[in-house]
Amino acid sequence: MMADLIAWVMVLVIAAYACAGGTDYGAGFWDLLAGGAERGKRPRWLIDHAMAPVWEVNNVWLIFVLIIMWTAFPTMFQAVFAALWLPLALAAVGLVLRGAGFALRKPTRRLAQRRIYGAMFAISSLLTPFFLGAALGGIASGRVAVGTTASADAWANSTSVLAGLLAIAATAFLGAVFLCSDARRFGADDLVDYFRLRALLAFAAVVLLALIGLPVTHSDAPYVWEGLTGGLGLLLIVLAAVCGLATVLALLRRSYGWSRYTSVASVALTVGAWGFAQRPYLLPTSLTVAQAAGAAHTLRWLAIVTVIAIVLVGPALVLLYRLDTLGELEPLTDADTRAARTPGDNL
Amino acid sequence: MLSTAALLANTPPQLLPARELMAFTLASHILLVPFGVALPLITLLMHHRALRRDDAVALQLARRWSAVMAVQFAIGVVTGTVLSFELGLLWPGMMGRWGDVFGLGFGIEAWAFFLEAVLIAIYLYGWRRLKPWTHFWLAVPLPLTALMGAFGIIAANSWMNTPQGFRLDAQGNPVDVNVRQAIFTPMFGPEYWHFVVAMFMTAGYVVAGVYAVGWLRGRRDRYHRLGFTLPFTVAAILTPVQFMLGDSAARAVFHKQPVKFAAMEIVWKTDTHVPEYLFGRLNTDGTISGGLKIPQLDSILAGFKPSTQVTGLTSVPAADRPTAVQATIAHWAFDIMVTVGSLLILLALWYAWSWLRHRDLPRSRWFFRCAAIAGVACLVTVECGWITTEVGRQPWIVYNQMRVSEAVTDTRAGSLWAMLGIIMAVYVAVFGAFLAVILKMRTRWRIADEGSASARAALPPESDTPYGPRSEPEPTAAGAAPGGGSDRTSSGAS
Repeated sequence: MMADLIAWVMVLVIAAYACAGGTDYGAGFWDLLAGGAERGKRPRWLIDHAMAPVWEVNNVWLIFVLIIMWTAFPTMFQAVFAALWLPLALAAVGLVLRGAGFALRKPTRRLAQRRIYGAMFAISSLLTPFFLGAALGGIASGRVAVGTTASADAWANSTSVLAGLLAIAATAFLGAVFLCSDARRFGADDLVDYFRLRALLAFAAVVLLALIGLPVTHSDAPYVWEGLTGGLGLLLIVLAAVCGLATVLALLRRSYGWSRYTSVASVALTVGAWGFAQRPYLLPTSLTVAQAAGAAHTLRWLAIVTVIAIVLVGPALVLLYRLDTLGELEPLTDADTRAARTPGDNL
Repeated sequence: MLSTAALLANTPPQLLPARELMAFTLASHILLVPFGVALPLITLLMHHRALRRDDAVALQLARRWSAVMAVQFAIGVVTGTVLSFELGLLWPGMMGRWGDVFGLGFGIEAWAFFLEAVLIAIYLYGWRRLKPWTHFWLAVPLPLTALMGAFGIIAANSWMNTPQGFRLDAQGNPVDVNVRQAIFTPMFGPEYWHFVVAMFMTAGYVVAGVYAVGWLRGRRDRYHRLGFTLPFTVAAILTPVQFMLGDSAARAVFHKQPVKFAAMEIVWKTDTHVPEYLFGRLNTDGTISGGLKIPQLDSILAGFKPSTQVTGLTSVPAADRPTAVQATIAHWAFDIMVTVGSLLILLALWYAWSWLRHRDLPRSRWFFRCAAIAGVACLVTVECGWITTEVGRQPWIVYNQMRVSEAVTDTRAGSLWAMLGIIMAVYVAVFGAFLAVILKMRTRWRIADEGSASARAALPPESDTPYGPRSEPEPTAAGAAPGGGSDRTSSGAS
């Protein structure tokens, strides 16, 4: 009972990471495709401004996912990290390069160095969600079980590759939708249409990949496939699709306020659908939630800690997002800290 | 000899790269931790002074420190995330068996850290638009979240040192988990306070050291004076406190982890009237080469009298204790930590004496030279403290319950070596770039300060309003263009 509850908390946290972190990865994706230093200057400026205050917070969700996994379901954590060693290791390297690239690009004042940090950030924004998605695909397809040793099969298969590509497309979609409204918020009207087009393209990519995925995963990930095409899983998928279409409609009608909520809902509902589809398994079809559950006392305390976290972090998070959308958060400039140009600076 | 060979035979080949990888990533991350934990407090103290006394110099210092904090915190976040991945990538055996016993500490750390990330974002990006005191008060919980985060991490680590809060069933699996006992283990209190104070001291001495260098180079303005005095005072007050805490932590190890204590003090045979060795090397036959021997002292330090019995390494089979090399490493790390701590006490006393006598900083250049290296020495000490506690616990990952070799991943040694190579290259690049960016920021600030030195005579130090809308229109969307925005900025500053 308690284990089920914690499992749902984990799904919710994964959904939160997919939405918050996903938006960030998406911004990185568009940074990568923004073109050369001159052409990509304005989109990159927007991405920098929109992401800076929130990206650290958005990425803490991932740490929560890991902690819930090892505290509540230690056997599952062990199995996943043993079987999916390489994609998870590469995702970790990607996280370092991405965070460092983004953080170091801002205070740098030379174009050549900015290019390097920017490339670090943008390329790893593509690779990290791919590997995390591929790991999820490996789990969903039932290739990970307790005792599975690290092998390429666990993550280099059709379901994993599709899940990885879908992760990239979904983050690109979220990123573009959010950047649309950010562009309006910062008064960069030309960028609104720029990202509107990209949001629509990304949505098309998501739909295309999902359609390709249907036949491909039918035999490759049968358990989850059944769950997603029937019962509550199907209901959530339909709702997700409706939210996705509503986003497209909102974008076409240029009502950007709503598009953010509907796009987040569509991604969160998809993650939720996956959660339903996988019930009662953590690792389909070999390890159920009940089998993997850790000590009862720990689960109870984890629930208490979660409640405290919601009470404390929730309002703070709302305050941050609120201040951010109100435009109250702005980076310090050189004028604020009184910095001078040094020889060689060209930005 | 034979037991050593048996030990080696039991050691899986991936153990060495896994340990090296963990050691390298932790050693790198731990250098940033003092600033994540303590820099917010030091900055807030300076910020408070700025607001309370309407002090433009203090405001400038607080702003610049927060600009450094922004970059440092970001790098700390990613290196910390890597560590949580590595618990699974390198030690799946430990997490699989013990995750539900000691994992909750990390859960507490995670939400504390979450809160810290939210508040730090508001603080770093709130300088310009939020009302001054609102901005300040929103950041006040920051040091508390940092303490809470440290609570979670140290709870987990102290559990690895003195595991409790469970019972083993017939198969040797933990059952009857009691979370409260698993968090508040015997080593928790001593380890936590020792760690927290170390973080505050280190951040204080490092920040003060930056201004000590400026002072030595002749920049003796109020900016450098204030930048030095505040963090140095925080660190100097904590130094004697830390000495007591360190002593009690060592005594806790003596009582709760006697074999680790034996390694730290290279005690071979259980005995009374045990001499203290300053440095020196333990040989595999139990003899000690080199080092300074002080008769009776170890027994006196451990139990306040020479007749105190100190457990030796040979009290347990060779396979259950650190090897001679590991003991020597732990011993050296411990001795370096104690030596640096003692020297820092002298520095703090020097400062206190001068303050009592003249209400002023010491005038000697030697004081500032020592202050300049105190920060680096502290960072070395932090590394040493961590080496002492981790190497001294060998071969156990969970003391007396699970060996490191049982916890390690099955991944082939080759993959781990490759991963180590990649991570080392990435970290060297990232830390190098981080340092370069920070130094560049410092240079740009110094040039601005020197350039405006002449203008400052006529103008108040901060001609721009510290908060609220700028006096000149802000470069908006077009401000991102090179030249435009920053050109105006620099001409405004010089």
